[in-house]
Amino acid sequence: MSDAPLLEVRDLRTWFELRQWGFLRVGSVRAVDGVSFELARGEAVAFVGESGCGKSSLARTLLGLHRPSGGEVVFEGQDVAGLAGAALKRYRARVGYVQQDPYGALPPFMNVRRLLAEPLIVHGVMDRAERERRIRAVLEEVRLAPEEVLHKFPHMLSGGQQQRVVIARALILAPHLIIADEPVSMLDASVRVEILSLLRQIQRERELTLAFITHDLATVRHFAERLFVMYAGRIVEQAPVDELLDHPLHPYTQALLAAIADPDADNASRQREIPPGEPPSLVKPPAGCRFHPRCPHAIAGHCDRDEPPMLAPRPGHGVACWLHE
Amino acid sequence: MSAGREILAPLRRYPSALAGLALILALVVIALYTLVAIPYPKALELWRGGEAWQMSPVNARPVWTAWLAGEDLPGTRVVRSSDAPSEQQDFDGVRRLRIPLEFDYRHTAFPSELNLFLSAPQGARDAFVRLTWETPDGRYIPLGGHQVSGEERISLSQDWSLEQRLGRVPHVGLLAEPGDPSAPAVVQPGRYRLLLDAILFDVDANPGATLAADLVVYGRVAGLAGTDHRRRDLMVALLWGTPVALAFGLLAAVGTTLTTLVIAAAGVWFGGWLDALIQRLTEVNMILPLLPILVMVGTLYSTSIWVMLGVVIALGIFSAGIKMYRAMLLPIREAPYIEAARAYGASDARIILRYMIPRILPVLIPTFVTLIPSFVFLEASLALLGLGDPLLPTWGKILNDAQAQSALYNGYYYWVLEPAALLMLTGLGFAMLGFALDRVFNPRLRNL
Repeated sequence: MSDAPLLEVRDLRTWFELRQWGFLRVGSVRAVDGVSFELARGEAVAFVGESGCGKSSLARTLLGLHRPSGGEVVFEGQDVAGLAGAALKRYRARVGYVQQDPYGALPPFMNVRRLLAEPLIVHGVMDRAERERRIRAVLEEVRLAPEEVLHKFPHMLSGGQQQRVVIARALILAPHLIIADEPVSMLDASVRVEILSLLRQIQRERELTLAFITHDLATVRHFAERLFVMYAGRIVEQAPVDELLDHPLHPYTQALLAAIADPDADNASRQREIPPGEPPSLVKPPAGCRFHPRCPHAIAGHCDRDEPPMLAPRPGHGVACWLHE
Repeated sequence: MSAGREILAPLRRYPSALAGLALILALVVIALYTLVAIPYPKALELWRGGEAWQMSPVNARPVWTAWLAGEDLPGTRVVRSSDAPSEQQDFDGVRRLRIPLEFDYRHTAFPSELNLFLSAPQGARDAFVRLTWETPDGRYIPLGGHQVSGEERISLSQDWSLEQRLGRVPHVGLLAEPGDPSAPAVVQPGRYRLLLDAILFDVDANPGATLAADLVVYGRVAGLAGTDHRRRDLMVALLWGTPVALAFGLLAAVGTTLTTLVIAAAGVWFGGWLDALIQRLTEVNMILPLLPILVMVGTLYSTSIWVMLGVVIALGIFSAGIKMYRAMLLPIREAPYIEAARAYGASDARIILRYMIPRILPVLIPTFVTLIPSFVFLEASLALLGLGDPLLPTWGKILNDAQAQSALYNGYYYWVLEPAALLMLTGLGFAMLGFALDRVFNPRLRNL
């Protein structure tokens, strides 16, 4: 059982229809367009990519907030795409969600006790004492003193405390998978590592699967085991984190790594190899490899015509690029 | 608890809010007192008028207006035979009674009316009473004889022949100094006596038989509120108008606000055709005139206050408020905490009722508070137009009566001012509280 993947995603597509006058279909935004991967139980992975590459749409599709336009999401052997009603609700208890903006993620008119009780009430835990016990346990798990925070409203907590409460809410239904969408990007630099370490520690203790969505390559090495690089709605490279960071194969990944801020003052004037242009339109993505208009190594007549499949030039390292055929 | 305290604490900085709160509290206390002191069926019965008020004067001013004007106006006085030293003689099955009803009269103004209420046992032959009026200066004025069967009212003021003899209306002429009838009448102060010589028949069959007589000298002032053209104490309607006005205002405000809010939230949450339908219905409803529709319902169907309340709420559901709430709810629909709630499986109903509406509720409280008096005024307007509840005493119905009886033309200003003052105080109380709440909840308005 433990060998079977927790989550299998095959050729997942999430397209948003564009309509004119409310009924004419004039195209689609292909936010997620043919994504496949597997997540094993108890592993931590990260999805990286620039804004608008489809990371968040992927997260929301996995959470069941968007209906996939095509493909399969198989969670613990069950296809999630067609779920509705009670089955969808059961699935939602198995997947936790940690959002980007901790203050916005907490209803401002509920105190901590109340907002942590909400998921339990929704899932039929009607015994008040049982709820209280679980709320206190999960607060202690995220290193918050229950007595101190239970009666407080979100605006009375610091950003770090708010994010801990968000994590506690994601954990309270004992999920098997946690999806964290840029969990620290809105926090002070001083608490980022703290929150990431906490997530990682809880993931190890509970042996659950953790999927980070991030654009921060600097911290990813410490908090994820595998890395997926996304570009224009597709996964362009995937590998264990050290392998990928030390031997980036896709020109886009190489550019991303080159763009990481380098604290060395001697390098301040060094020219970097930054691809020109902007991320492509998701309504009409370029033919062939989606990166080819910006790619310095694009092969004319090949990259702009044929879509590269996921190749494996090194063991355990996949890349969708014709250069590594 | 703590949320309530958070709202109330800043209110203390606004004296107008405290004054408004005090006014509202006073109205609520009056309403509660009324409901206990004059139960609903009793209020309806009193307001129907008739016998309950036969010992009240017609259109008497409130007592305090005499104090304010420094006038010496008489109150109503009842002289009862049970307190009088009656004499009784029996012979041959016939009983002869002699009842002197005496009273002191030292006011400068005349009473407004004189009535004698008699109650005699009913038998084969009616009792007979002869009346004589005795003035302080010793004049005897015969008032004629009457046959009395059961309950009988003798209206001395409407005795036409007596008025001819006295040259003045009886309740003036009987108490005036004798003299030229064309000169202004002056009260002769002193002790007056109405002497009743009665004969009861067949007393053998009924040894306890007697004649009960109440002489009512109607005053020109009555109670704290005065009376209307049907002798009813206005206080009944002023008191009962309070719970009716508060209930109508509150129920209409709650009914329209809550339904409107839920419908607006449902439209925003589900979007699509439902939202479009709600918007179109609102736009159609916004151009429908409320008052003419209410007048139509009142004329063709029923003027019951509860039917009116229903129509007001029904027409208020798709009101302009929907547009405002929609604008407030649209950004909340996209809030991350709503997305989080969906992610842990909260149902649509739960998201609308527990996550969207509570978010804008605090902002709506000031609007809600200022909405209450507008419905109170609406009820009064309907009553003034003659579409008031046919049974219930309300402030609007006092105004309607006053208008129908030309109160201001006849100088009964209290009749109009009392309900109007209560309406204004209600409006003032809710407005002062509402405006202060607005400043508390909308910080942009502070210090302006």
